[in-house]
Amino acid sequence: MQGFLFLSPGLLLILAFFIIPAVVTAVMGFTSLDYRFKWDFVGLGNYYRMVRDYLIPRILVNTLVYTFGTLGIFNVTFGLILALLTTSVGERAGLFFRALWLLPRFTPPVVYAAIWLWILSPTKNGLLNGLRAAVGLSPVAWISQHPWGVIIITNGIIGASMGMLVFASAIKAIPRDYLWAARVDGASWFQEVRHIILPLIRWPLMFITAYQTLSLLTSYEYILLITQGGPFHASEVWSLYAYNLAFSSYSGTYPFGYAAALATVLVVIGAVASVIYWRIFKFREMMAPPRIETV
Amino acid sequence: MASLRLEGLTKRFGNVVAVNGLSLAVDDGGFIALLGPSGCGKTTTLLMIAGIYRPTAGKIYFDDVLMNDVAPKDRYVGLVFQSYALYPHMTVFQNIAFPLRLAKRSREEIERKVKEVAALTKIEKLLARRPGQLSGGQQQRVALCRALVKEPEILLLDEPLSNLDARLRIETRAEIKRLQRELGITTILVTHDQVEAMTMAERIAVMHDGVLQQYDPPGVLYDRPKNLFVASFIGDPPMNLVPVRVLEQGGRLILSADGFQFSLGEELREGLSPLVGQEVVLGLRPEDLLLSREERPEGIPGEVFLTEPLGGGILVHFAFGEVKLRVLAPREQPVEVGDRLWIVPQGEKVHVFGPDGRSLREADAAA
Repeated sequence: MQGFLFLSPGLLLILAFFIIPAVVTAVMGFTSLDYRFKWDFVGLGNYYRMVRDYLIPRILVNTLVYTFGTLGIFNVTFGLILALLTTSVGERAGLFFRALWLLPRFTPPVVYAAIWLWILSPTKNGLLNGLRAAVGLSPVAWISQHPWGVIIITNGIIGASMGMLVFASAIKAIPRDYLWAARVDGASWFQEVRHIILPLIRWPLMFITAYQTLSLLTSYEYILLITQGGPFHASEVWSLYAYNLAFSSYSGTYPFGYAAALATVLVVIGAVASVIYWRIFKFREMMAPPRIETV
Repeated sequence: MASLRLEGLTKRFGNVVAVNGLSLAVDDGGFIALLGPSGCGKTTTLLMIAGIYRPTAGKIYFDDVLMNDVAPKDRYVGLVFQSYALYPHMTVFQNIAFPLRLAKRSREEIERKVKEVAALTKIEKLLARRPGQLSGGQQQRVALCRALVKEPEILLLDEPLSNLDARLRIETRAEIKRLQRELGITTILVTHDQVEAMTMAERIAVMHDGVLQQYDPPGVLYDRPKNLFVASFIGDPPMNLVPVRVLEQGGRLILSADGFQFSLGEELREGLSPLVGQEVVLGLRPEDLLLSREERPEGIPGEVFLTEPLGGGILVHFAFGEVKLRVLAPREQPVEVGDRLWIVPQGEKVHVFGPDGRSLREADAAA
C-alpha cells in the first residue's frame, strides 16, 4: 500500500497523460464526431468504414516500410556505425562529432524541415540541384520522384542520434580490459566489434530497436512538413493519415470520430508490438537483477 | 619463445612520465618480475610490451626484432589481466578458444589445444560454464589458459594473484612457477607484492616513479640493495632505517643520533670517511640483528619497548629517543617489555646510504 503511495505522483501523471487520452480516443472512435461536435455513438461504424477505405492497404504498407526502413537503415544500423566510429577516433574528436550529430535534435522541427526543403527543392536553387547544375545536369524533383527516400533519410538523419548516444555510452562502459584482451588475442577492429562489442551491447541494441519502433509508428511531423504525405498518399503513414483526416480540410467535414478510430488501431498495434518485443527480446531478463556477480 | 630487450623505454601521458628510460633484458625462457608500488609504471611497461600502449620513446625488441610498430595481434604475447578480462558472454571453452578462432585454426585443432591447456591447469570440468559461474581462482586459471593456448612468445602477467585469497595465492604462486618451468615460456610478472616477486621470479626489476631502481636476482636485492628505496621496499618486516650523523672519535667512525650511537667496523670506512659531519642513513634488517643478555663490545644497549609475537618469531621494538629499532628474535628467546638487552649487528649485514640515497657498500659502489 505504501508502495502505491510512493508511486502515486508518477501514476497520476501516467493516468492524466496516457490512460485518459487513450480511453477518450477509444470512446471517440465509436462516435461520428465531426466539425459539429455531436457525440453520436455509431457502434463499429468507423471500423466498418476503415475496412472499406481503399487507402488503408496502401497506408498500412507505407507505415511498415517507413517504420522498419528508417529503423533498420538509420536508427539502429547508422546509429551503431556512428557510435562505433565516434568511440574509435579518440575522446575529443568523438565528442565533437556526436555533438554535431545532435544539432538537429536541438533545432525546431520546422527549421529542420525547411532546411531539407531547400536541400531537396525541385528548382535549380536547391542545394542538390545546384550541385547537379554545376556539373551540367538538369534539376530533379526529389520529393515527388523519391518520396520514400526523402522521408526515410530526413527522419533517419535525426533519428540516428538517439541510437548513437545510447550505443556510444554503452560502448564506453565496456571495461577496456575486454577490448585490450581481444586485441592481444589477435582480433582486428572488425573482429573486436563483432565478437566483443556487439554481444556486450546487446541490451541497448534491443532496447533502441523496440523503443524506436514504437516512436516511429506514431511520428509524422517531418513527413507532414516535407512531403505532406504526398504525392497522392505515396508517403502517407497511418498516424499522418489520422492527423490529416482530423485536422486538415481533406474531407471538409473534420471526421474526428473516424480519425480517433484510426488512432485507436495504432495504439493497439503499438501495444501488440511492445508485447512481441518484450517476449522475443526477453526484456524481463534485462529488468531482473543479475543472477551472478562478476568480479 | 623469445628473449626480450627494452632500451630507454619511456611513456608520457600528458605531463606525467609513467615510465622513464627503462632498459632491461630478459633471456629466452626467463622469468622476471616488475616490482614496485602502485603508480610506479610497471603495468604501463607491460602494456607497452603487449602493444596496447605505444612508447613515447625507446625500443622494444623480441629476439632482436624491433617490435615498436607491430600490432598487438602480431606480437604473439599472452596477457593475463588483473581483472582476468574473461569475456562474460562466452563459455570457458569459447574464452580459451578465442585466440585460436581468430587465428583461423581448424575445429579439431582448437578442440585438442583447449583440452590440453585446460588439463594443464585442471579446469577440464568447467569448460561449459560462463565466467560468472566461476570462483576467482577458477577465473584466474581460465585467464591463464587463454594466454597459454596460443603458445605465446612471451607471457605477461599483470598482478595475476592479487584478487585471490591468501591461501589460494600461495598455491597459485607455486602452480604458475611450475607451469613456467614446464613450458619454458619467457614470463614477465607485474606485482606490487615483494613476496610474489621474490618467490616466483629469477630476476626482479624494482621500479619507483617510472624509473628502474635495481634489476637483480632476489637474493642480491635483499643482501645488496642499491639504494634507500629498494632497501625500504624489499624485506618484511621492513629494514630499520635510522638517520644518523657520521662522527670521528679516536680514529673510529661513529654513526650517531640523539640517544643512539653505533660504532662501525672497518667495512664501510673507505666510503664513509669523506662524509664525516654529514647525515647518512643506517640500514639494519630486523632479522640481521641478534639480541644478547651479556654485554657485547660491538652491541648497542637498549630497553625493550614493545613486543609483537608473529608466530614464527617475536618482533622486539626498542626506542632510543627519536630512534626506533625493530629486531626479529627467535620464538625460543624469552623477551619481556622492560628487559635491558644488547643489540648485536653483524658486520657484513650493515647498510649505510649516503646523502643521495645510494648504498655506500663498496661492492655496490663498484657495480
